[in-house]
Amino acid sequence: MSTLAANAPGAAGSGLADVAASEASLRRFLHGLPGVDQVGLEARAATLGTRSIKTTAKAYAIDLAISMIDLTTLEGADTVGKVRALCTKGRNPDPSDPSAPRVAAICVYPDMVATAKAALRGTDIQVASVATAFPAGRAALPVKLADTADAVADGADEIDMVIDRGAFLSGRYLDVFNEIVAVKEACRRPDGTSAHLKVIFETGELQTYDNVRRASWLAMLAGADFIKTSTGKVAVNATPPVTLLMLEAVRDFRAQTGIQVGVKPAGGIKTTKDAMKYLVMVNETLGDDWLTPHWFRFGASSLLNDLLMQRQKLTTGRYSGPDYVTVD
Amino acid sequence: MAKNNKKAEEPVRKNGLFEYAPAPESPAAAGDIATSYGHFIGGEFVESSGSEALKTVNPATEQVLAEFAHGTDEDVDRAVTAARKAFADWSALPGSERAKYLFRIARIIQERSRELAVLESIDNGKPIRETRDVDLPLVAAHFFYYAGWADKLDYAGFGPNPRPLGVAGQVIPWNFPLLMLAWKIAPALATGNTVVLKPAETTPLTALRFAEICRQAGLPKGVVNIVTGDGRTGAALTAHPDVNKVAFTGSTPVGRAIAKQLAGTRKKLSLELGGKAANIVFDDAPIDQAVEGIVNGIFFNQGHVCCAGSRLLVQESIQDELLDALKRRMATLRVGDPLDKNTDIGAINSAEQLARITALTDAGESEGAERWSPSCDLPANGFWFRPTLFTGVSQAHRIAQEEIFGPVLSVLTFRTPTEAVEKANNTPYGLSAGIWTEKGSRILWMANQLKAGVVWANTFNKFDPTSPFGGYKESGYGREGGRHGLEAYLDV
Repeated sequence: MSTLAANAPGAAGSGLADVAASEASLRRFLHGLPGVDQVGLEARAATLGTRSIKTTAKAYAIDLAISMIDLTTLEGADTVGKVRALCTKGRNPDPSDPSAPRVAAICVYPDMVATAKAALRGTDIQVASVATAFPAGRAALPVKLADTADAVADGADEIDMVIDRGAFLSGRYLDVFNEIVAVKEACRRPDGTSAHLKVIFETGELQTYDNVRRASWLAMLAGADFIKTSTGKVAVNATPPVTLLMLEAVRDFRAQTGIQVGVKPAGGIKTTKDAMKYLVMVNETLGDDWLTPHWFRFGASSLLNDLLMQRQKLTTGRYSGPDYVTVD
Repeated sequence: MAKNNKKAEEPVRKNGLFEYAPAPESPAAAGDIATSYGHFIGGEFVESSGSEALKTVNPATEQVLAEFAHGTDEDVDRAVTAARKAFADWSALPGSERAKYLFRIARIIQERSRELAVLESIDNGKPIRETRDVDLPLVAAHFFYYAGWADKLDYAGFGPNPRPLGVAGQVIPWNFPLLMLAWKIAPALATGNTVVLKPAETTPLTALRFAEICRQAGLPKGVVNIVTGDGRTGAALTAHPDVNKVAFTGSTPVGRAIAKQLAGTRKKLSLELGGKAANIVFDDAPIDQAVEGIVNGIFFNQGHVCCAGSRLLVQESIQDELLDALKRRMATLRVGDPLDKNTDIGAINSAEQLARITALTDAGESEGAERWSPSCDLPANGFWFRPTLFTGVSQAHRIAQEEIFGPVLSVLTFRTPTEAVEKANNTPYGLSAGIWTEKGSRILWMANQLKAGVVWANTFNKFDPTSPFGGYKESGYGREGGRHGLEAYLDV
């Protein structure tokens, strides 16, 4: 199994190829990463949250945030109709103002991928699908891989997988690593291209910031294209400190390997004010290299309408209200 | 419906960053600034007996904000007399009654915090982000904290019924004008003393605004008196024979002069002077947070901080990694208009201070240390200095020995914990120190070895009214804050 490590894109040519050679070497590496001081990390995230984004900067940031949204519906009650409506919203967020940008992607369960794909035909909006027995991830590996392959076969451009938090918390890092490598393999299409792989840590279940830093490196070493905070299905989802820590991880990973990895906070980001805080964190931690939908996403649903209301306020000078944006 | 159907314009990108639009706080929020001010004596604003006036300028624009009186010996005598007169009744009040006034002052400070924050920023040059988020919350917290002590002095560990000293003469610096006022006045009033306070000559405005707050709170006349002026006024106050207690925060040379002046008198003295703190980073430190702590340690308040972490001691094995991270972080610091809510580093307080910083950094270069600053535009008017880093510094350099009191960091290296302690303690000062390591036992060992009044572990420049603050060696003596801070104002 461990021979997969050498094929892992994140490990190639970086001097880190042997890190996952054994459970012991992977543990040594992950536990050798610099620690995280909780108080300092939270203080830094709070300070960045005090930036004041006004006028032209706000207009730009609102449009940037809209274009970074993975507009999401992940309900047991999802239907073809619901998904189509969401895709229409993603294509045309503000019917009263065609200049409003489109979202980056529509995020759905695997059985809705074909519906979303058809509804988005002719646009460059991506279809993202959660897979690997999302959100708990408690299924056998063949089931998770079949789940992934099914979504890819139906045309998913991006796969949002969940790591095995049980394995991670019990210290079986190599199992987590190998599972990401296997899912990455399942993202390959017959023509040799691959769906992009986003790896969800469910940071609310990992509990400590040190764990979040280790999970970030583990996923990047295993070839993640994106690292993502949360499923949105547990009590604690994306928070500014956790996201800041993951931004620092992708920054350090690129410095060490030359490989750039994207970041996606998800769950609980509901207001324009929240979104601005995240963009400020990206700006002041990574600079504008990551300030594009290609490298940063918001996993969100209600956020879009709040951004649109703020956008209307900027263009008309008046606050509108929830009935001036569409609910799909 | 849309007036403007264009997509939002791409804003200016500078140095690979998305540039924020100006977000200015309104200068009008500072309230009315009079063209000229007298002193505050016996509960009234009064004219000076002399005719000499000084000017205070906005260091970010060099515009004159107001004229204020230069306190003469006669002015000082009037103020001390007023304080002496008020002392009998004030010290006789039950502690719970004094507490009511202090609580009231604390609440008014909170209610007027925006006004005070903007005024402080205009007069001092520090960014509004700091006055709003650090100075003003701490000012209110100090008054709340000491209000709580006023009726509990019997239980403060100084024996039953500890008595106040009498009239306190207090001289404060320009770096934290209102916060230093709070550190001085809150414990003095809680313990039953009355005060004459002289604010710094470049930053008198918030102290004069505080005088208004004392009136608003109905504080008995003469309990707090404010006399403005320069060093001559300060010397007259500390020399006054009817002053029982002197508290000074400022430079070591002035502190030494005051100590000489008071030698042989029965006046009680506390001094909070300069510093040259070592911020010590071990190879097992939480690097990202250490970088933040280093930045906060030296660039907070433009480095105009007596306990600033002006000497970075970094373990040799992580020197390159840490300095790369530090430079990357320094490149994001925003220098400029102090009233812009996104400004990180404001103006240097005065032309004299800027000249001193410039002279010392020139010395650093000529002594062979390597200088680095991020590229950033500085405003045309006002007093500005880029955040600056010196590498290759050794203890023999002046920039490692002398207090620069500006946004200038000297980086030294060490190999072992013992060497870190030796270098950290190898200074005439001893105010503060910082330790960065994930190893708890090393934190405790280092804290025991370091000769500094305040030792921060995995953080820096954190203040709280419950925590005593003060120095070793040439950083002074006496403590402010906490239970210990009561002792300076009690006859014990």
